[in-house]
Amino acid sequence: MDTLVAKAGGWLGLALLALVMAAVAVDAPFAVHMIIVALAALLMLWTTVSRADYEAIARGILKMPADQGVYDDDPVRWGVVATLFWGIAGMAAGLFIALQLAFPALNLNLEYTTFGRLRPLHTSAVIFAFGGNALIATSFYVVQRTCRARLAFPTLARFVFWGYQLFIVLAATGYLMGVTEAREYAEPEWYVDLWLTIVWVAYLVVFTGTIVKRREPHIYVANWFYLSFIVTIAMLHIVNNLSVPASIFGSKSYAAFAGVQDALTQWWYGHNAVGFFLTAGFLAMMYYFVPKQAERPVYSYRLSIIHFWSLIFLYIWAGPHHLHYTALPDWAQTLGMVFSVILWMPSWGGMINGLMTLNGAWDKIRTDPIIRMMVMALTFYGMSTFEGPMMSIKWVNSMSHYTDWTIGHVHSGALGWNGMITFAAVYYLVPRLWGRERLYSLRMVNWHFWLATVGIVFYAASMWVAGIMQGLMWREYGDDGYLVYSFVESVAAMHPMYLIRAAGGAMYLAGFLIMVFNVWATLSGKVRAEKPMTETPYNAAADRPLAPVPAE
Amino acid sequence: MSYDALRHFADSWGLLAMALLFLTLIAWPFRPSARARNEEAANMIFKDDEHG
Repeated sequence: MDTLVAKAGGWLGLALLALVMAAVAVDAPFAVHMIIVALAALLMLWTTVSRADYEAIARGILKMPADQGVYDDDPVRWGVVATLFWGIAGMAAGLFIALQLAFPALNLNLEYTTFGRLRPLHTSAVIFAFGGNALIATSFYVVQRTCRARLAFPTLARFVFWGYQLFIVLAATGYLMGVTEAREYAEPEWYVDLWLTIVWVAYLVVFTGTIVKRREPHIYVANWFYLSFIVTIAMLHIVNNLSVPASIFGSKSYAAFAGVQDALTQWWYGHNAVGFFLTAGFLAMMYYFVPKQAERPVYSYRLSIIHFWSLIFLYIWAGPHHLHYTALPDWAQTLGMVFSVILWMPSWGGMINGLMTLNGAWDKIRTDPIIRMMVMALTFYGMSTFEGPMMSIKWVNSMSHYTDWTIGHVHSGALGWNGMITFAAVYYLVPRLWGRERLYSLRMVNWHFWLATVGIVFYAASMWVAGIMQGLMWREYGDDGYLVYSFVESVAAMHPMYLIRAAGGAMYLAGFLIMVFNVWATLSGKVRAEKPMTETPYNAAADRPLAPVPAE
Repeated sequence: MSYDALRHFADSWGLLAMALLFLTLIAWPFRPSARARNEEAANMIFKDDEHG
C-alpha cells in the first residue's frame, strides 16, 4: 500500500509541478505543453489508482511475477496499433500538404494550417511516429525471439512506449503552434529534446539489457542493426540539439553552433537520421522478417556482416552532400560526395542479400502478397540507394538541388522501402501477436500492395519530371545573358505534376486504409471467406495410370 | 590539441587505424573456422517453432 501511495503521490506531484510551470510560462505554447504534461501525469495517476489490486494488497499478497515462459509482447502489440494510428495521421497530413501545393487556398487562411507548420508535422509523423513506433515494436519483438529471452526491465519498456507517445504529441502540437528549432527532421524545441533523450536512453537500456541476458550464444545480425540505430540516433540527437534556452519557462532556444558549422551539424544529423533511423533500423526488420516469411535463412550471413560494417564506417561521412556549392569548404563537399558514391556498393550488397534469400522460393512472389511487399521494399531500397549517390555527385546536384527531384527521391525511399517493409512486418506480426489463424484477408493485402506500388510510381515519376523541369528552367539563360524564366513561371509549370503527385499519394493512403481495416478485422477475430491466392491444379480424370489397351 | 594537429592526425594515423579496423572487421567472418558459426547464426531464427 505504501508503494501505491508513493507512486500516486509522485504522479500528483509531477502534475502539480507541470501546472506551476504552465502558470509561470513566458509564452502561450509552453503553457499549453505543460498542461499536456500535467494531463499525462494525471492520466498515469488515475491508471495507478484504478488498476491496483486492493484486495491483494489488503491481504498482503505479493504481486505474482510475470510468466517467464512467454515473451513479453504487450509493448509490441501497443506499438503495432500506434504504428497504424500515427500512419493515418502522417500520411493524411502528407496528402493535405501535397494538395496545398497544387491549391494554395487550402492553407485555409489560418496560421495553424499553413504549409510551413504542417510540413514538419507530416515528416515527423511518418518518420518518427509511424516509423519510430514500428521500429520500437519490431525491435522488442525481434530481440526477444533472437535472444530467446524476455525483455529486460519490463516497466522501463512500458515507459519507453508511453514516453515516446508523449514526445510525439508534444512535437506535433508544437509544430501547429509554431514552436520549432527549424532544424530538418529535428524541429522539436529544447525541453521536448530533453524528454526524448531520457526516453531514448531507457530504450537503449531495455534493448541492451535483453541482449545481455540472452540464451543464445550468437547475437543475430538484426540486433546489430537495431543496436547501431539506437546508439547512433542517441549520439546524433544530442549533438544536433545542443542549444541554450532563452528562458527555462519558455519554448524558444538558440543553437550552440552558428553559420556553416551549424549547417554541417544539421546535415551530419539529417543524413545520418536517414542512414541510421530509416536505413539501419529498417534493415534490421528486413534481416529478421524476410527470412522468417520466406522460411529460409538469409542468403549470406557473411554478406550481412559486410553490409553492416560498411554502413557503419561509410554512412557517417556522407552528410556534406546536402551542402554542395555552399560556404562549406570544397574538400568537405567532395568528401561527402565520394563517400556517398562508395555507399552504393554495400547498399546493393544488402539488397542482393535480401532478394537472394528468396532463391529457390521465387514462386512465393506469386502466392504470398507479404513476400511480394518485401520484394518491392528491397527493390525500392536498391533504387533509392542508387539514385541517392547519383544525386550526390556535384554535377548532378547542381541541377537537382532545391528541386522536387529531391522530394521524389526521399519518397521513393520512404514510401517504397520504409513503408513497404513496415507493412510487411506488421502483416507478419498481427496474426502471431493476437493469436489469430491468419489475417482477415490476404486479397486485401494484395490490393494494398498494388495501390501502394502504383501510387509510388505516380509520385516518383511526376517528381522526376517536375524536378528536372525546375532545374532546367532555373538555369536557362537567353542570348542577352538574362534568365529566361522568372521563378513564378517555374511554379506555374509545376501544377500538373503536383496534381499527379497528390493522386499518387492518395492511392498510397487508400492502400494504407485498406490495411488498417484488414488489421482491425483480424483483431476482432474475423476471417474473410475468399478465393485463395493460389489454386492447386488437379485433374482427377487425368491422374491415373495408363491402362493397357488390347490390340485390335 | 590544436585544430591543425587534430586534422593532420585524422588524415594520417587516424585514417590508417580506421581502415585497418574496417578491414579486420570485414575479414573476421571469412576466417575458415567461422563457417559453422555463420551457418548456425543464420538458422537460429528458425529454432523458435511454436511461433511459426
